[in-house]
Amino acid sequence: MRGWGRKLLGYLGAVVVLLLAWAALSAAIGSPALPGPVIAIATFIEQWAEIWPQIAISGARVVAAMVIGTALAVPLGLWLGRSPRADAMAAPMIFLLYPIPKVVFLPVLLVLLGLGNTPKIALIALIVFFQILVTARDAAKAVPEGSIVSVRSLGASRIDVYRHVVVPASLPDIFTALRIGTGTAIAVLFLAESIAGTNGLGYYIVDAWGRIDYPAMFAGIIAMALLGVVLYEALDALETWATRWRVAGR
Amino acid sequence: MAALEFGSTSMTYEGSDRSVRALDALELAVDVGEPVAIIGPSGCGKSTLLLLAAGLLAPTSGAVRVGGSAVDGPRRGTALILQDFGLLPWKTVEANAALGLKIRGVAAAELHQRAISALEGVGLADFARAYPAELSGGMRQRLALARAVALDADLVLMDEPLSALDALKREELQDVLLGLWKLRGHTQVLVTHSIEEAVFLGRRVVVMSPRPGKVSAVVDNPGMGSEGYRVTEEYFETVKRLRRILAEEGVVAAADVVAP
Repeated sequence: MRGWGRKLLGYLGAVVVLLLAWAALSAAIGSPALPGPVIAIATFIEQWAEIWPQIAISGARVVAAMVIGTALAVPLGLWLGRSPRADAMAAPMIFLLYPIPKVVFLPVLLVLLGLGNTPKIALIALIVFFQILVTARDAAKAVPEGSIVSVRSLGASRIDVYRHVVVPASLPDIFTALRIGTGTAIAVLFLAESIAGTNGLGYYIVDAWGRIDYPAMFAGIIAMALLGVVLYEALDALETWATRWRVAGR
Repeated sequence: MAALEFGSTSMTYEGSDRSVRALDALELAVDVGEPVAIIGPSGCGKSTLLLLAAGLLAPTSGAVRVGGSAVDGPRRGTALILQDFGLLPWKTVEANAALGLKIRGVAAAELHQRAISALEGVGLADFARAYPAELSGGMRQRLALARAVALDADLVLMDEPLSALDALKREELQDVLLGLWKLRGHTQVLVTHSIEEAVFLGRRVVVMSPRPGKVSAVVDNPGMGSEGYRVTEEYFETVKRLRRILAEEGVVAAADVVAP
């Protein structure tokens, strides 16, 4: 509980500092395009009934995309990391595709998959997939050979080796990649929602912008920041639980 | 019938530009329930010998037999304890002790009971829920032993299991090893760098020479396991004899032959 208290206090301090800086900047610029935090927060509360469904829609899209991307990338990445032959064939392909910014495929996805949830989820899943794939592959490669030999000497099958050694050994790296990935995922979500569709936080922000309703625009930005924090902390809690052995002995 | 038998066993590792002959026509038979210690310099193929016995490597030529049948993969009754203990940091002490049983598909209730009684046997029952990172070096070693005990192994292979411990802990764990062997009567092959450890834990001490690895001498040590053996004249004499043999092999400096 002390850890939670400290974390909350940290967030509180960060929020105070950010709000003060924001207020100072807004006052210095004096343009309606950058309203102060007071009016933005007031609008956020006022518009809550309208904003929270957008948070739910955007949140559902990001979570679905991250689950799909991870579920596909982890088994494939671990397998490539443990199978030199498969890796030799797949690695060049991965390294050719990896640096391409996947957002460039948004137009293609929109044409193929329409304007609904599917292209947005597909795009984010694609980005998450590559990040997790490369991480899982490298993590599986780095599994200590001694752990594998000791488990194999107990008569472990290939599946047992994955289950008892490769998967748990790679989990910390995969979680790190996922946490870093939330930032990218939300940025891409904004882009996808602002270009196509009629709902979600990205749409809400761009729509407010179009109406020159800057306080509403910033209320949407606050909502997006909250979504990011919640996702990041949820992943952090999940990681702490899934890799509790790492806290031991410290 | 020997519990473990090597018949003109050779092992060559094929590297990218050269091949290394780790074992050359090795002949060795270990009787059922016999504790054997293997000593020799680095590169004499000691670890290879254990990996072959455990079924994790296949010999280039010759035979490896356990209980009379050729080894063709890891075997149920064989436990291998490695230098780094082979513990999995993400599993609790109990789950580490039970890992071999779990892989063999033992039911949860029996698994728990056998793991706990194995942990009791090495004095770790109070730490069942801890993780390996929370244990000291000696306790980790005990845990690695508990895994072999839980398996009810009839052949225990150990690759320098105590080399990471300080001298006092080492003697304590040697006593634990001896106690377990006396209690269970399994066949035991211990690879070690320590002359004293070899004499304390090997009823026969096999001396190996390097490049290519082969048996260069065998020292019989019938007093091993008797009460207070560590302080008997026979123990010291055997240590000295072994030291002399190793000096002739050029493994220990000749000046060390007389000194304790």
